[in-house]
Amino acid sequence: MSTDWRGVAAEEVDEVDRRTGLMLQARSRRLLASLLRPHLARVALALALVVTENVASLAGPLMVAAAIDAGIPAALGGDTTVLLWCVGGYLAAALGSAGLRYLFLNVSGRLGQDVLIELRQRIFVHAQRLSLSFHESYTSGKVISRLTSDIDAIKDMLDESIEGMLSALLSVVGIGIMLMVLDLPMALLVLVGFLPLILVTRWFYRRSQHTYRGTSAAIAKIIVQFVETMNGIRAVQAFRRADRNESIMGELNEGFRDANQRAFGLVATFTMTVRMVGNLSLALVLAIGAARVIGGGMELGVLTAFTLYLRRFYDPLDDMAMFANAYSSASASLEKISGLLEESPEVNEPADPVALPARSGGGRAISFTGVSFRYGPDTPVVLPEFDLTVPAGQTVALVGATGAGKSTIAKLVARFYDPTTGAVALDGVDLRRIADADLRGAAVMVTQEAFLFAGSVADNIGLGRPDATRAEVEAAARAVGAAEFVEALPEGYDTDVRKRGGRLSAGQRQLVAFARAFLADPDVLVLDEATSSLDIPTERAVQAALESVLADRTALIIAHRLSTVLIADRVLVVEDGRIVEDGAPADLVDGRAGGRFATLHRTWLESLV
Amino acid sequence: MSEHGDHRHRRGSSLAALRRLGPYIRPVRGRMIGSGLAVLGSMLCGLTIPLVIQQILDGPVASGDTASLPWLVLAVAALGATEATLFFVRRKLMIGPGTQVEARMRTDLYRHLHRLPVSFHDGWQSGQLLSRAVTDLSTLRRFIVFAAIFLVINSLILVIGLVVLFLLSPVLGLISLCCAAPLIVFCTIFESRYSALARRSQDQAGDLATTVEESVLGIRVLKAFGRGPKLAAMFARQARELRHTELRMVRVMAALWAAIIMLPELSIAGHLLFGTLAIANGTMTVGTLVAAVTVATYLRWPTDSIGWLLAETNRAATASQRYWEVRDAPVTITDPDRPRPLSTPVRGHLRFDNVHFRHPGSGAEVLRGITLDVRPGETVALVGPTGSGKTTLTALVPRLADVTGGRITIDGVDVRKLALSDLRSVVATAFEDAVLFSASVRENVAMGADGTTEADVRAALRIAKAEEFVEALPWGLATRIGEQGLSLSGGQRQRLALARAVVGRPAVLVLDDPLSALDVATEAEVEHALRSVLRDVTALVVAHRPSTVQLADRVALLDGGVITAIGTHSHLLANNKDYRTLLSTLDEDRDEVMA
Repeated sequence: MSTDWRGVAAEEVDEVDRRTGLMLQARSRRLLASLLRPHLARVALALALVVTENVASLAGPLMVAAAIDAGIPAALGGDTTVLLWCVGGYLAAALGSAGLRYLFLNVSGRLGQDVLIELRQRIFVHAQRLSLSFHESYTSGKVISRLTSDIDAIKDMLDESIEGMLSALLSVVGIGIMLMVLDLPMALLVLVGFLPLILVTRWFYRRSQHTYRGTSAAIAKIIVQFVETMNGIRAVQAFRRADRNESIMGELNEGFRDANQRAFGLVATFTMTVRMVGNLSLALVLAIGAARVIGGGMELGVLTAFTLYLRRFYDPLDDMAMFANAYSSASASLEKISGLLEESPEVNEPADPVALPARSGGGRAISFTGVSFRYGPDTPVVLPEFDLTVPAGQTVALVGATGAGKSTIAKLVARFYDPTTGAVALDGVDLRRIADADLRGAAVMVTQEAFLFAGSVADNIGLGRPDATRAEVEAAARAVGAAEFVEALPEGYDTDVRKRGGRLSAGQRQLVAFARAFLADPDVLVLDEATSSLDIPTERAVQAALESVLADRTALIIAHRLSTVLIADRVLVVEDGRIVEDGAPADLVDGRAGGRFATLHRTWLESLV
Repeated sequence: MSEHGDHRHRRGSSLAALRRLGPYIRPVRGRMIGSGLAVLGSMLCGLTIPLVIQQILDGPVASGDTASLPWLVLAVAALGATEATLFFVRRKLMIGPGTQVEARMRTDLYRHLHRLPVSFHDGWQSGQLLSRAVTDLSTLRRFIVFAAIFLVINSLILVIGLVVLFLLSPVLGLISLCCAAPLIVFCTIFESRYSALARRSQDQAGDLATTVEESVLGIRVLKAFGRGPKLAAMFARQARELRHTELRMVRVMAALWAAIIMLPELSIAGHLLFGTLAIANGTMTVGTLVAAVTVATYLRWPTDSIGWLLAETNRAATASQRYWEVRDAPVTITDPDRPRPLSTPVRGHLRFDNVHFRHPGSGAEVLRGITLDVRPGETVALVGPTGSGKTTLTALVPRLADVTGGRITIDGVDVRKLALSDLRSVVATAFEDAVLFSASVRENVAMGADGTTEADVRAALRIAKAEEFVEALPWGLATRIGEQGLSLSGGQRQRLALARAVVGRPAVLVLDDPLSALDVATEAEVEHALRSVLRDVTALVVAHRPSTVQLADRVALLDGGVITAIGTHSHLLANNKDYRTLLSTLDEDRDEVMA
């Protein structure tokens, strides 16, 4: 079934059957066509330039033939005008083709760059739209390789080969016509030599498609390994992972090398065959041509022009071979890119969004109606069907063991995933009907891993609300208790946090992430273990901030620390995906609701000194 | 966002940059020369063919004597076949060296990056490293396979072609020489413009890769705040900048190309004019002129291609420059010249002796004279406010960074005097951020320790209370986790990282807030199991919670880069106000709830 190969499914497969192969190729061609379509006028212009340039450069040998056949006899008779015309014509043709070449290179260069920028943006934006569930299974390195090594392969094709292909095709056609005009029987002889070329080209294209699928996959694996190592360099060094990593990279390198060697080997055979056919045709033409000139059936100038054209005829075939090669390589990349672009986000923006009711200032109500959730059709149910209503303004804490399903509930509110059944609604509006921008303005989630981007502290806080002024950024930092450490940094808010926030400690990164959320000022705040690395006084400051911040908004808090839980209006104890206790903290401590929270609380109290 | 760490616009001559490829090229020198000879051979065949054609035209065709014709045609066929075969030989010869140099350079870069200190990695954008390892190296491979050889051979062919022309006719040879001379001027002008652009475009491609990487790794934050479009706008801006640079390169390249392709044409036109006049005067044969024009035509490609080859060479030089910038970064944390052996048995006596630390390039000291003695088997907790230098201090023990003053000793030996592999086998660390690798659970846990058995791994998992959930994974210990495998929850990741640290019972254990992501019940269980481990090993534990602190025999309070107090938990709680503020807040909460 060809539908099995939708999206990125075919990536891991080395050998695809013929039908799937055709399907994948058609998909890549569609992508290429859709990229070129907006630029059709420029493609036509480029084509026209190539045609004109070829006509101009083809005029050259004609002028040489004319000079020899007409110019010399005239010059012998003392009349050099014909000769001068011929030479002048030759120069004009050369000048014309140089100028046209300049124009063509500019037009095609711009065309290539426009295609690339469009493709880059399409992949980037699409990758951002794809759901977390996709990213969790696809690995970051692969997305990165789609946007780096695969783009490089397409760039190579556009850069070096499109013009080679166009001008080769045209000069082959043009010279073919010229040969026929000069001498039809000999031209037909040359064209017969073309048949084996067509066969060998087909053979090459098929084989190289497969081979380049291999090189593209191999370099992607190298990128995945590289990215993983660089992101975990501390652990790599401390646990002496270097040797093992190097042997893994050695294998991957070897794989890439093998794939490349296979591809190169094919090209070597291909170009040799092309050249061989060309040279043997030349010898044949000479033998027959010479015999005919001697027999008086052909003029010397015609034979001269013929041999000149013939060499030019086969030179571009080398370019065509190079294009076939670059195209194979690019189409393996296009195949993967088109697969990624074909993946549709599981979490979609609504086609006709419903506006949220006007902001009341007291947060928004969250309701779960008949919600159940599983990550995929074959995976176990994480959350069995449940209903839950959180009134506007309430602060709810989710408590339970690791893996109980707390984070999943939180992620449903932030619409990282859509529920498998039922609906999650904000103020009665199904999240699936809310425009993304509205939803992200209304509900913000702060996750455990406080990811910082390269840039300054202010940039990172400002991510919460890009139009915030510096004063607002600083106010947000002050409100969560981050101002003190930020101001102590060498350049304060302008200090570069360095890669992934490497300059800051885990606690400081969490504070920055927290300030970011504070600045975003959402109606609904979801905190998933957002304070786990803070020391107690800082956490207390954050809690104090939270208590005032949360007064007029709805909040969902996941925390292992009961100190954080106790600021909540309501506690939900989650066990195996079910809400087993629900009530105000003080009530649950009494143990009336089943005693799980009471036990937790007791354990916690015992852990205190 | 930032441009930190990449050494832009460090200009050096292109030639010097290429010369640095020497050590990699040397082993494949023979094949490169062989390949060059094949190119030369095939070109000579190509160059000889017109001469034979001249013989055919001036000989049998002119005289009508067909006796020598078959031999001459056969000669053309043979030369043609040789040319084609040498084409094949050239490519076959170069496949190995090109890919081999690329693979070796990548391996060496990767190895070097493994050894560069963490401070280097923090400062370099990930995309800049990635683009060097992938794009720049493939540029170099292409250079070695094609441009390097053709640049030499084409220049040579040009010279040989000129000599042939001189032999055919000194006048025609002179005309060609005059037409070839401007080539040098064009190329010099081109060089100066193109190489700066090449550098800029490759750097911009690296920036673009950085944005791509962050957009994927930070996808949760971007989704949570709906900031995907903002980053996409930044990506679009960077992509436009790159496009701008690339278009400028196209323009420079197009101008050079247009200028260069005029040169052979001028020379051919000159031949035509003077040759025809000479024929008219009777001082030249038609065959000579045809041969000269054919040779001049043949020289078109070597001449035209010089523009493209020069562009490739410039890109390769830039790639080499960028590559060596990373390779030249000093590995500051190295094995000592004469490493001291570990004491046997290792007792694990960890001492900090007036330790100072400042981040490279930063004025302020993070640690200002830490002196701390952790006796063998003792567990010391490090407590201090967020950002007080606790994590920095722990990173100094396995030498992820080196002290900038004072020293750290294990069993009396400065850690800088031990072989790195010895040191890191003695010291095991669990980091705040639990990093897992794309490998099986078993491999992730057994990672650092040598000769770890399955039983050791299981024991470690038991201590970290990870055995149960690992058993429940689809393939148990063999389940592949990490980014290319199953994703685990934060608490599960942290427990595996803890298991990795305790496996094989290292002599010194450094735990950086090892229980922060665990729920209360699991935390209590892990603590209980950890106690049995900590009894025998020397441990430094960064702690934020009273529960974790209770694992320790003594507590050191770190504030502002110095240890302000040291003692048992209860002693400090009773006598130190700062310590109380840091660790006893919960009491107030308890009172609240109880009330």
